[in-house]
Amino acid sequence: MSDVGTIAAIAKQKAQTLGIQKFDVCGSTVDEASVQVDQGEPKQVKASKRSSVMVRVWNEANTVGVTSTSEVDELGLELALKTAQEASAFGAKEHVPDFSPAATATLDATPTEKVPPAEIATLIENLVKTEAQLMEAHAAIAGVPYNGLAQRDAQRFYLNSAGAMRQEGRSSSSIYLYSKTEQEGKRPRSAGAFRVSHGLDQLDIDGCLQETVEKTISHLNYQPITSGKYRVVLSAEAFLSLLGAFSNLFNAQSILDNRSLSTVDSLGTEIASPLLSVADDALHADNVGQTTFDDEGTPTRRISIIDRGILSNFLHSAGTAKRLNTEPTGHANLGAKVTVGPHFYHVFAASQPEQTYSLDDAENVIFIDDVQALHAGVKALQGSFSLPFDGWLVNKGERVSIESATVAGDFRELLKSIIYVESEAELTPGGICPRIWVDELSITGE
Amino acid sequence: MPPTALLSRELPTLDYSATRDRFDETWRSPLSTLLGLGRAAGADFVEFFLERVNYISCLAEEDAITSISPRLIAGAGVRVFLAKGDCYVSTNDLSFKGLKAALEKALSILGLSLPNPQAFIPEINLELLRDYAAANQKETWLSDCSSMQEMGDILLTANAQLHQQANHVQSRRAAYFRDWQEILVAASDGVFARDIRLTQSVGYSLLCAEGSDRASINKRVGATNNPNFLRAWQYADDAAEVAESAGQMLHADYVESGNYPIIMANEFGGVIFHEACGHLLETTQIERKTSPFSEMKGKKIAHENLTAWDEGLSPNAFGSIDMDDEGMPVQRTLLIENGILKNFLSDRAGCIRTGQPRTGSGRRQSFTHAAASRMRNTYIAPGNFTNEDLFASVEKGIYCKKMGGGSVGPTGEFNFGVDEAYLIENGKITKPLKGATLIGEAKEIMKKISMSSQDLGLAAGFCGSISGSIYVTVGQPHIKVDEITVGGR
Repeated sequence: MSDVGTIAAIAKQKAQTLGIQKFDVCGSTVDEASVQVDQGEPKQVKASKRSSVMVRVWNEANTVGVTSTSEVDELGLELALKTAQEASAFGAKEHVPDFSPAATATLDATPTEKVPPAEIATLIENLVKTEAQLMEAHAAIAGVPYNGLAQRDAQRFYLNSAGAMRQEGRSSSSIYLYSKTEQEGKRPRSAGAFRVSHGLDQLDIDGCLQETVEKTISHLNYQPITSGKYRVVLSAEAFLSLLGAFSNLFNAQSILDNRSLSTVDSLGTEIASPLLSVADDALHADNVGQTTFDDEGTPTRRISIIDRGILSNFLHSAGTAKRLNTEPTGHANLGAKVTVGPHFYHVFAASQPEQTYSLDDAENVIFIDDVQALHAGVKALQGSFSLPFDGWLVNKGERVSIESATVAGDFRELLKSIIYVESEAELTPGGICPRIWVDELSITGE
Repeated sequence: MPPTALLSRELPTLDYSATRDRFDETWRSPLSTLLGLGRAAGADFVEFFLERVNYISCLAEEDAITSISPRLIAGAGVRVFLAKGDCYVSTNDLSFKGLKAALEKALSILGLSLPNPQAFIPEINLELLRDYAAANQKETWLSDCSSMQEMGDILLTANAQLHQQANHVQSRRAAYFRDWQEILVAASDGVFARDIRLTQSVGYSLLCAEGSDRASINKRVGATNNPNFLRAWQYADDAAEVAESAGQMLHADYVESGNYPIIMANEFGGVIFHEACGHLLETTQIERKTSPFSEMKGKKIAHENLTAWDEGLSPNAFGSIDMDDEGMPVQRTLLIENGILKNFLSDRAGCIRTGQPRTGSGRRQSFTHAAASRMRNTYIAPGNFTNEDLFASVEKGIYCKKMGGGSVGPTGEFNFGVDEAYLIENGKITKPLKGATLIGEAKEIMKKISMSSQDLGLAAGFCGSISGSIYVTVGQPHIKVDEITVGGR
């Protein structure tokens, strides 16, 4: 892809030719590589370098059209502008999107430095070695059917016809390992782990390996569980998965569309236990995917979502902020209809609890490590979920893997049934979060 | 036009100018040269996949069009095999230089390098262009589809119809997309094939609310190869169906968890077979050893009343294609016959790694993915029972009328959500239920599908897996599963 300055110049010149006065462009280029291995041999190696831009064009009637294209050259940009211009005739006539008032504001945060990519041979070598170590860790581990080591270098930008122009780049490296066991007379079991960092050198491959080994071994001896209501401890991964699935609770666009569990009047109401606080923080120091501006060019910042159980803010685009008479929060995703999405959750204990709990002495508690199949088991607009999970029944620190079970409930009730938010947080790709203790969740086993 | 055997050093001076906006014969020379270059470098097999996409989506919310979003994409991927290993490199750059750079990167990943300047580069003798687009009159499909104006008008009319039919409406949407794709496959075994595909889908999303009760119901229909698809949409029928379902589910009780016999409705009920068995018959699962059926070909894996197919040939079905994404004509593949496993679904890599013959099942979302063995139109064949027979056999169970999505894990455990369910008592439907999830283990459940009715129906769906999200059909007649775990409250 050409540099941002060149794209801006081309867009400006082509827009002039087409009689377009007002437009903006958001785009990115991604250079990535990934490897998978099987029994010591590279299985599939992928590399990709691709670009894409999205242009929005406002016509004289102030309706907007949008087009995205992967052809980021003169011809491609001209065609995209022309198509967006055509589409603008059919754009929404109410609540028409506009440039973000913050698109030219100074960025306080500086993007993280990029790390040079490693050689693909180095990726393969690392993953082959890790796969071998995982296979050697226990006789029951028959394979690592899902594995991958990847690196990604991305550059993104936003510019508009009013003079806004900003760009940032970031690099990341990630690994996932998912083992499978085979033992005579037993069901196959599996477990996995994931790590992400800015570059291969900083990637905690050993931590990923150890976590996979530990989890896999812990699931070898499993028991069915009796159906009923249980006290449940949700891992960081499990709680953040649920929070993400029900993010319409604090998504201003969903709320304005009447497709949310909240309404505009929900701000300031208690939606969770007073023990819980949640923020969205794109600039969190632990966020590998740190981003300094959204697709409309609005600078990102830390936003409190739930403050001691009270719904404190919605996440906004420029359009939703204007409609609700507030400031955009830097959460816009560009499109013909601008959508809103979170960046990186920070979940934490709001206050010192009156009572603390520990898995070391709790009895008959279910520890859910991860929930699965959210696309099938979450009814985001109803608030309900029914999901298979990986986890253990814990009695005074003794963990017994659960054979096969689902957890079900209503997310709004779950938030209010939180009895303890642990103090020690765990870092996941989607956010940072401690273990969350919840009372009376339905578990279906046998 | 270069000579058929040129020297490597002459490559930089070549001036290939293939047509930018159409994949036609002008691509033969550059691709043939690049394929020869890859083979001369030592690759066992090289394949180029070129793609152009003209996509548009349109959304009506309440009584306004809130989004019309066109997307224009062009790109290519090159796949290089060396023994059983392979690598895949994709790029947006369709120039000769861009494609050569992608090839060079793929070769270098496998430890190969371009031949020295003195080396001869034989062009690969590609077959006569196998042009399914020209042969099947697809060239005008894009211009024959609904215009932006027409798609907006139809969606607004349809969404107004939903407003008339449903009660307690909180939000109503009608959404449509058209995906036009032109592809060209050229490979070092001589494959040279072009196709145009047209996939369209339209549907409703309805949210009803009264007090604290809520019901959200979606319905989507889809088809391939029919430029008049949107114009022919029977939206009044679909609006009535969605409104009826939402009305039933709005005040439904939550299902009580437990083990039940279930009856699954036809059409999208086929997602159970797709998730519980179909994925496990793909060679991508066989080679990973994540399928319990890996060693079961020719053996009984299902109830003797069950026969199942996967094919790409049903006219206009959502998973139908003339050729797969590796240039192979599609076929009708018998998966299970009377409970006996007959065939796996195999692509080129699956064939190389597992020895299973290719079935025209190499599919991918786009040029950014290497093809993998994937399903097309997958369904359980009609059986000998009637729906009345099925219901009469259930004393207490669940009727799963409308299924949600689902997934299968590496150990064969599957799950899927039920959007619309009813309690069956003494062979009769007695009350609506919500919040059900079906969970089970593939190997066990296949033997419990004991009765199939005769009303086979297909439904459009989306399948996400190793090579991205693709269009598929799931299907079945009404079936009975003797026992399954139902997760609920």
